[in-house]
Amino acid sequence: MVSSSADSEARSYRNASPGLAFFLTATLSLVLMFVDHRGEYLGQIRTWLSAAIYPLQVAINLPAAGLHWMQDNLALRSTLIADNTALREQSLVQAVQLQRMAALRAENERFRALLDTRSRVADRMTVAEVLAVDMDPLRHRIVLNKGSPQGAYAGQVLLDADGIVGQIIRDQIYTSEAILITDPDHAVPVEVVRNGMRTIAVGTGDLDQLSLPFLTRNADAKAGDLLVTSGLGGRFPAGYPVGTITAVDGSEGDAFLEVTARPAANLDRLHEVLLVFSPEPEAGIAAEAESAPAAEAAQ
Amino acid sequence: MRNARWPVWCLMLLALAAELLPLPAIAQPFRPAFTTMTLIYWTLMWPGRFGVFTAFVFGLLIDIAHGSLLGQHALTLSVVSYVVLRLHLQLRVFPVWQLTLAVFALVFIEAFLLLWIDGATGRATLGPQRWGPVFAAAVFWPILMALMDRVRERLERRKSSFS
Repeated sequence: MVSSSADSEARSYRNASPGLAFFLTATLSLVLMFVDHRGEYLGQIRTWLSAAIYPLQVAINLPAAGLHWMQDNLALRSTLIADNTALREQSLVQAVQLQRMAALRAENERFRALLDTRSRVADRMTVAEVLAVDMDPLRHRIVLNKGSPQGAYAGQVLLDADGIVGQIIRDQIYTSEAILITDPDHAVPVEVVRNGMRTIAVGTGDLDQLSLPFLTRNADAKAGDLLVTSGLGGRFPAGYPVGTITAVDGSEGDAFLEVTARPAANLDRLHEVLLVFSPEPEAGIAAEAESAPAAEAAQ
Repeated sequence: MRNARWPVWCLMLLALAAELLPLPAIAQPFRPAFTTMTLIYWTLMWPGRFGVFTAFVFGLLIDIAHGSLLGQHALTLSVVSYVVLRLHLQLRVFPVWQLTLAVFALVFIEAFLLLWIDGATGRATLGPQRWGPVFAAAVFWPILMALMDRVRERLERRKSSFS
């Protein structure tokens, strides 16, 4: 194992001083950690470094992207025709459902006008691709291929076809980093559709489980109840599905129920997500939104 | 006059890529800390050229790629490379199995430091994802070392043929 060249290495090494170097790097990393933990002062440095790592992420994403390209371009004619028929049927069904939607929406607007409440604005969306890159195994984070120049911003909400996925926590130049609703650091304000009861769904670190820790023993929650976003806190738009309650437990002595839910979105098979542009917050809400993120979401 | 450093930098980047490669959920907790292991190897073998600063740079890159606290991996990798630099003369004469134990200890120290920092910032989580990579590192070390030895022999032979 020890070769002659290794010996010459050892001789040349005597000039170096690892102690000083270690002191420098350790101090620098401690300062970085302290500043990064305290606030967003390092956003610019993070953005530059993320641009440095971007080629690596693209390279890692290549096989997955190639697979998708092959699926798109080398599909058999018969498969394409079958897909096309299926999609056409689906589109027809949805169009029929939309016809009823239009009537319902008009009715809803009328009721809202009668009650003198503000009507909800339709949400604008764009599609982003999830890069096939793993992040910290201890947290549920994903990398999206849209950065701040493409309009992504921190706090933007992610949806897939079935429900809420998460929100962006860092917008960078080429990519942005998002947190999933199942991350232990994340919480969504939700409401039970059946009875309008509001609570908070917290991530568990398990991709198919959410926890609702703030329901008291007398709360009316049953397995199978649908949870949608309540819109409280101003971050998540109201009315999007978050999950379904799977189990309600609680022994006699506890003050709170142990309620778990399954996320509606397919968090383990994300390929494309929708980024929702929230409508411009008005003056009154803007002040509230300043303080909301800390209490409500990614800390 | 000296061996080129760039092949080793490429290897380090490969190790970093191996940490970001998408794995199925079952295998994820057992992904060895490739960057730490590669860094340990080259600090051990070429201590004059790879050490604390290399560790710091790659630590920062991991922090960005993982989205963790900036400086967290930079600190832990610096600590690991400093310990290796201090002990490299003893470590080098170890047979493979003892060296594997030493690497296990080093990776364990790193994982413990990471847990410590996570705890200090209120993000501590325990579970197989925390300790799986440590055991995986011990399992993969002999293989990685055999591969790196071949690379190093080539690099060193190339130098002697040119000089």
